[in-house]
Amino acid sequence: MSQDHSKVAYQVMWNRLISVVEEQAQALVRTAFSTSVREAGDLSAGVYDTHGNMLAQAVTGTPGHVNAMADAVAHFIRRIGRQNMFEGDVYITNDPWEGTGHLHDITMVTPSFHNGTLVGFFACTAHIVDIGGRGFGADAQSVYEEGLYIPIMKFADRGEVDETLVRIIRGNVREPDQLIGDIYALATCNEIGHRRLIGMMEEFDLDHLDGIAEFILENSRRATIEAIAALPQTSATGEMTMDGFDVPITLKVKVSVEGDRIVTDFTGTSGLDKKGINCPLVYTKAYACYALKVAIAPEIPNNAASLAPFEITAPENSIVNALHPAPVALRHIVGHFVPDAVYDAFDKIVPGLVPAEGAGCLCNFQVSLRPRSDAPAPADARRSEVLTFNSGGSGARPEHDGMNATAFPSGVMTMPIEATEHAGPVIIWRKELRSDSGGAGKTRGGLGQYMEVGAQEGHEFDIQAMFDRSQHPARGRRGGQNGAPTTIAQDDGTAMRVKGKQFVPHGRKVVMAFPGGAGYGNPSERPSELVKRDLARGYISEETARTDYGLSAEDIASVQKAVARGDQI
Amino acid sequence: MKAESIRMGVDIGGTFTDVVLEKGGEQFSIKVLTTYAAPENAIIDGMHQVCAKAGVDPSAIEQIIHGTTLATNALIERRGAKTALITTEGFRDVIEMRTESRFEQYDLNLNLPEPLLPRQMRFTVPGRVNAKGEILVGLDRADVEAVVDRIAEAGFESVAVGLIHSYLNPAHEELVREVLAEKLPDVSVSISSEVSPQMREYERFNTVVANAYIKPLMASYLGRLEERLRREGVTCRIFLMHSGGGIISIQNAADFPVRLVESGPAGGAVFAANIAARYGLDKVLSFDMGGTTAKICLIKNQTPKTSRVFEVARTYRFKKGSGMPISIPVIDMVEIGAGGGSLAHVDGMRQIRVGPESAGSEPGPACYGRGGTRPGVTDADLVLGKLDADNFAGGSIALHPDQSEKALSAHVGDILDMEAVEAAFGVAEVVDENMANAARVHAVENGEDLSEYTMIAFGGAAPLHAGRLCEKLGVERLLVPPGAGVGSAIGFLRAPFSFEANRSVYMKLSDFDADKIKSLLTDLKAEATGFVRTCDEVSPILSEFKVYMRYTGQGWEIPIDLTEEQAMNPDATTFEARFEEDYTKLFGRPVAGMNIEITVWSVNATTPPEDVARIETTDGSAPVVLNATRQLFDAASGKYLDAHVIDRSLMETGQRAHGPAAVTEAETTIIVPASRDAIRQPDGCIDVVTKGAAK
Repeated sequence: MSQDHSKVAYQVMWNRLISVVEEQAQALVRTAFSTSVREAGDLSAGVYDTHGNMLAQAVTGTPGHVNAMADAVAHFIRRIGRQNMFEGDVYITNDPWEGTGHLHDITMVTPSFHNGTLVGFFACTAHIVDIGGRGFGADAQSVYEEGLYIPIMKFADRGEVDETLVRIIRGNVREPDQLIGDIYALATCNEIGHRRLIGMMEEFDLDHLDGIAEFILENSRRATIEAIAALPQTSATGEMTMDGFDVPITLKVKVSVEGDRIVTDFTGTSGLDKKGINCPLVYTKAYACYALKVAIAPEIPNNAASLAPFEITAPENSIVNALHPAPVALRHIVGHFVPDAVYDAFDKIVPGLVPAEGAGCLCNFQVSLRPRSDAPAPADARRSEVLTFNSGGSGARPEHDGMNATAFPSGVMTMPIEATEHAGPVIIWRKELRSDSGGAGKTRGGLGQYMEVGAQEGHEFDIQAMFDRSQHPARGRRGGQNGAPTTIAQDDGTAMRVKGKQFVPHGRKVVMAFPGGAGYGNPSERPSELVKRDLARGYISEETARTDYGLSAEDIASVQKAVARGDQI
Repeated sequence: MKAESIRMGVDIGGTFTDVVLEKGGEQFSIKVLTTYAAPENAIIDGMHQVCAKAGVDPSAIEQIIHGTTLATNALIERRGAKTALITTEGFRDVIEMRTESRFEQYDLNLNLPEPLLPRQMRFTVPGRVNAKGEILVGLDRADVEAVVDRIAEAGFESVAVGLIHSYLNPAHEELVREVLAEKLPDVSVSISSEVSPQMREYERFNTVVANAYIKPLMASYLGRLEERLRREGVTCRIFLMHSGGGIISIQNAADFPVRLVESGPAGGAVFAANIAARYGLDKVLSFDMGGTTAKICLIKNQTPKTSRVFEVARTYRFKKGSGMPISIPVIDMVEIGAGGGSLAHVDGMRQIRVGPESAGSEPGPACYGRGGTRPGVTDADLVLGKLDADNFAGGSIALHPDQSEKALSAHVGDILDMEAVEAAFGVAEVVDENMANAARVHAVENGEDLSEYTMIAFGGAAPLHAGRLCEKLGVERLLVPPGAGVGSAIGFLRAPFSFEANRSVYMKLSDFDADKIKSLLTDLKAEATGFVRTCDEVSPILSEFKVYMRYTGQGWEIPIDLTEEQAMNPDATTFEARFEEDYTKLFGRPVAGMNIEITVWSVNATTPPEDVARIETTDGSAPVVLNATRQLFDAASGKYLDAHVIDRSLMETGQRAHGPAAVTEAETTIIVPASRDAIRQPDGCIDVVTKGAAK
């Protein structure tokens, strides 16, 4: 191909690499066993050059793995040693600090050889259901209690799987078949990526990826730096406070726009928590970087060059830079609040771009069901673990309401309740929008949701709660009001905590209300048609329409009449 | 069908209504503009025109088969009836909460699509069925009546009923229907356990709501259509094409109009499948490219691949997740925003992007000279020599290459320091690559290797791009059939009577219950067969059995075909072996030691496919008569080459043209790359084959 057309060829190749990693991710979604991967999309897949620079990353997956996995391959190259890498190798780790933040994420890397020469790497990460230890929860005091640790090592050497490692893994986890199934799924998805890459190299007659790598990285770097250069060159500070486990946690951040980079520093942030909600820096980086990138350069694909200008620093052993051996299993709780903290600062640099605070962390819970112990249980009563992912409301945007019951910043999905009820003897009695939970504003916060969960006749259960925002609801921006806080109790009024494992006796239900997003701007500026619409839909009550938005009694009556007549509003 | 029978296929599309009349072996077709206000008018108009061409009276037509985008458009444009949903207490917002995720993670201003029914039109009743189908909380008639009274007061025209786990036990949904029928006999009712008895509440509720929403509209349209046709002298029965690639009666269509969504594209797939049969091809990729989108479908063993769920009315750049899921049997295809009108631009990474925004017909791409200044795919095609400026659309639209070059330079070339030609090359390569990527991903998802496939291309823009697509995909052979402009309507005439019945019933292989399976499949077979019998009282009816299986713990089921013998005498070992065989094909290896489960059961009843006479293909040893030459850009070598220009209508059976070549016809041009030759086959197909490849 002549030099003249190489520009077109590179355009095609970049497109192709993005398609290759997307295919790699889809293969993982289809073959994985963990609900977190297959239903919720808690995964990541990417292709790298021989230096470990990420060239493309699948958009399927969650932002938590964005930057984290970008750094991982360099660790693998350093630990394994390039001279020890051979065709047919597959590497593995779940190191929270060199992988993606907790032992429950398995990262696998496969070197890609073409005509006997190393040309690049494929990596993928998935959140697995169980890794032994205390189980998925915040109860550990150190990472040693959180499960089996697999240092960076070879899973397969020249095509030969390390059966000793497989036996050790099998012997240490609660669902060995599922985990081994997931590990194979990860290896397979890298293999699919590799095959497609070689196909592309043959089609374009490439011996190496140097040219396309340079093209991708150079164009991405330039575009990212242009986006940063267009911002006011200044700095600002921000902070936000969350419930934490026993004591509140404050995230403090200073965002500085410095020509060709943005530095985000977390000095002043709370120290480590005793429980497993600490966050390794890789995961903090992932969400800080995501928050900034989605605001200023959303269209630039993730790769080494487009991520590099976002520098993230934090003091060692602050809760956003937890070092070994801090417990980190539920690092997502702190991680999911990082964007709210970053936006508190960034809103002072570029007003009118970022949303108000939202629900923040996912509203996840796991129920461990078992035959009732207070009386004879029916013969078909059984033990079962059921994990669910749920979302509160997102924060209002400058020009749009927040999204109702929709994950932000996380990218995961909920599961159908009909599927959840097949997974174990659990009954979801309610899952619907929570009126009046979206903070009032010119644009309204997204609504949270109600959930009620119980067990089938003959069962009792423990619920592992992973919630926040009970004492610290989402804060409004520019005159917008706060979102509603999280509440949780049993149906007889017995109080419950928002975090930790708690027993629920036979016949009781847990009644939960997940938080709403905060409002943006003064509620009095909200167009009255939207207030009327919200009232008609029951997003807000009559009371809220009157007191927060000043809707007149006549208007309220006319909305109610229109609803009774079935009119569109 | 008898050899001399007279049948008519009618496809109402967004712009044109295509009418094809077949009389014995002859075909007469016409395209008339769709008449939105009263779509039946275009049909009547088109019918009289083809009848005149064929010299027959409407009363002589023996069968009419109709497909339409009206159902789809009503959903996209939200022009349905005033509709209410009655659902289970605690689950009022299922259709609004969707998957609780963002389908695009990199857009802070993302807005999720509004549900079809706003919240005040969704009502709840008590009562609860559990995951075993047992009644956990009873449903009191008085509670239903209270809700129905409110619905009556509000004057709803149509009601959807969707209750939790109703696919396992429809008793409560049936009670609600009974009360509605009693109190509001004029209101149209749809219940989810009939419309889509499948697990997963979001998909099922959305499907029943969509059905209820378009039911009054479609029932009224179908009634008017039948009446008008009768008035014009038509005496035969009228049938509807459904999204699964078969035909149902007009009454079933009026009851389950959601099954008509995507019936046009389904006809296209059936059209391609018929050509596959004619050539005895077991692995075919159909490629349909029009002005706005391209659709790609896998056709194995002359049967289009089907799926249980698809998405309609995508609101965000055709992005997955931005539409509404409809769970009905449907021909599985990928649709991407790539057509002749798709517009090109350069993004912040200096990457050329094409589509999904389209120039439409007004103003059209720059080359139309109607004021369009942005470059479209057609502009790139023109600059690269794929189109003849003086002979586009049979000479009815004069094209302006200078406008194309100007637009390409201004919006692509100047930014990337490329000449207009290189910019055109870039645009064409990017759109071809986008389509190739979509095809590759679709193939991988189905465990298929495209290099073993033959492509069949139709739709106005497809023949211009199909050759390059084949090069990119490693596809050795491409067929471009005649009549490709009205492919869907022809496809309707080739479709069997069919109906697929599905049910979600959860079963682990470790709890395999052969009697229960047998009775379930027998029920489904009876249900599906019943629908087909209403259309055809005499033909034999075949049953195709399928179960959806996965390893316990996985979320993704794979469809497993069973023979009638395997289905009617079920045993766990066979089921397991069939699953592991297909799983290995898709994902490389089975997973040892895992339990396997079945989630969905399906029976498709169908009349036998019509016998297709295999054609005697020619190896094309006769040289073609060359009309002229022109400069044609060859993408594989990246430069202009002297290309032959051949008029398709003058090409005779057995003649071979060597690429690079352009085979021209009134509606489009077939581009034959330098790596390929084109042979005219006896049925008029242009067979584009790799040079020197064994056939």
